[in-house]
Amino acid sequence: MARLQRDAGKSNDHNTMSNKEPQEPKKRSFSQRQRNMASGYMFISPFYLLFAVFGVFPILYSFYLAFFRWDGLGDMEYVGFNNFNIIFNDPLFWKSLYNTIVIGLMGTAPQLIVALLLAFALNSVLIKYKSVFRLAIFLPYVTSIVAVAIVFSVIFSNQESGLVNAFLGMFGVEPITWTRAEWGTKVAIATMIFWRWVGYNTIIYLAGMQAIPSDLYEAAKIDGASLRQQIWHITIPMLKPFIIFTVFTSTIGALQIFAEPHIFQGRAGRPEGMSIVLYLYRDAFGSNFFGTASATAIVLFFIIIVFSTMNLYFANRIGRSKKVGVK
Amino acid sequence: METNKKKAPVAKYLVYLGLIVVSLGSLFPFYWMFVMATNPNSMINQTPPVMIPGSNMVSNFQLVLDSIPFWGAMLNSLIVSSTITIGVLILCSLAGFAFAKLEFPGRTMLFVFILGTMMIPPQLGLIPTYFIITQLGWLSDLRAVIVPGLMNAFGIFWMRQYISSAVPDSIIEAARIDGCSNFRIYWNIIIPTILPAFATLGIIVFMAIWGDYLWPLVVLQDQSMHTIQVALRSLMDDRVRDYGMILSGTFWATVPLIVIFLLFNKLFIKSITDGAVK
Repeated sequence: MARLQRDAGKSNDHNTMSNKEPQEPKKRSFSQRQRNMASGYMFISPFYLLFAVFGVFPILYSFYLAFFRWDGLGDMEYVGFNNFNIIFNDPLFWKSLYNTIVIGLMGTAPQLIVALLLAFALNSVLIKYKSVFRLAIFLPYVTSIVAVAIVFSVIFSNQESGLVNAFLGMFGVEPITWTRAEWGTKVAIATMIFWRWVGYNTIIYLAGMQAIPSDLYEAAKIDGASLRQQIWHITIPMLKPFIIFTVFTSTIGALQIFAEPHIFQGRAGRPEGMSIVLYLYRDAFGSNFFGTASATAIVLFFIIIVFSTMNLYFANRIGRSKKVGVK
Repeated sequence: METNKKKAPVAKYLVYLGLIVVSLGSLFPFYWMFVMATNPNSMINQTPPVMIPGSNMVSNFQLVLDSIPFWGAMLNSLIVSSTITIGVLILCSLAGFAFAKLEFPGRTMLFVFILGTMMIPPQLGLIPTYFIITQLGWLSDLRAVIVPGLMNAFGIFWMRQYISSAVPDSIIEAARIDGCSNFRIYWNIIIPTILPAFATLGIIVFMAIWGDYLWPLVVLQDQSMHTIQVALRSLMDDRVRDYGMILSGTFWATVPLIVIFLLFNKLFIKSITDGAVK
């Protein structure tokens, strides 16, 4: 984000310069301006055309559809806020919201902390074979989410011979029916998220750490700062934009979780792993309740806005209190 | 971090131990996928589970081919991902060029609008988009995935940032004096300069589209039109699950990506970090 601002500043400089500079014949620069306008609008128009058809219209229509009862074929019937009443009175909706948040926290919070620790380790001058470790840790990210969900569905299979059950069995633990147990399901899905994303976030933190100028550390060492002080007062504050980015994307990603429960618990879905998007999907494409599904989409939209705002708010506060320490 | 070299060796070995454990945890599912993909179902269901590759590699994969149109699905994924990637690179670099180097009224506002669209969750318009696709007659047609996929706000943002810092205005001015049209400038100056950005954005887009699941699942209902992700899921449908077969399909669908990644891993990792950091 810092770089974005810098770049924006740079391009502004260019613009002001180029505005003053051209001292060519007036006639030409006038026609040039017109030509720039024409090609400018032409070059950006594909996005706006696509967005009009596949962005603006569907979004507005979702808000419209949320107030109607519709099975996708027959007539639409205006029902006011009834669709919202229906989902807010459906225990499964609340369960799906709860699941999404719990699974999101289980899958991302420990993951980001581990990623930060791994990045510290991979950034240390004492460690060799860094590129090998980096490669190994990053490899899961190459796997598609569907593949991850399938592999872990088999690892967490309900049978006694399932890998996790067999492992736990060595310690005398009874086999767990992972796909039907309240916490078993959540542990399995959180593990999938953890495994696929931890390397990705490690790489991002690592890039952030490598961008910190080493003379900052040198100066701190001369002033007698301990390793812990260096981490708290240099590394973490300098990493702030990266931490904000990862927390932000992880939060939004976690709120939209779909493939993992959809594959792990089968097409019909089950309450233990039901997520908001899965709830929406089932309502729409399983039961043809397009009105209530649209209402769910709108609720999800507002939930994402609330979480994003909360993220930014906390990110700003944490960063500010630490930055004081640097200067 | 630059630590003093006299740190206790014990701590160093603990760090190594941690890294090794995490690396093994990262790699183990790949190995285990291969073990399952090469063993008969009878071996898979025994306790303790098998840990060595078996001899059923071919026969398990044959079962996959009997169950889903594996090659067709891979081809569909390839068509969708490469068409979208090429389209996005062209459209986003054109728009990025316009936002970075061409003056036109409302430029800032239009750009901020594009940034704003990145905040909208894709599920918000999911249902109406499905009906638009139905109206267009594109259900179970790859166009249903390709055309909406060409809309990429992040790509425009990213290309604008890259072009405004990588292409000096003086070159564009010089080309104009030589009488180049804006499109000639784009074609002969911008594109050669931003090839590294094409590689980076290309990898990000290709990966995202290749792995996309919800939207293809909704619109590509006909089995012959499935992308590989949707096809792989249908391996899980059988009441009696043949894990050897399921993981064989998953394994062979993942191998090409791993090979490509290992060949270009530096570029890959750079792309992912660049995409995140900018």
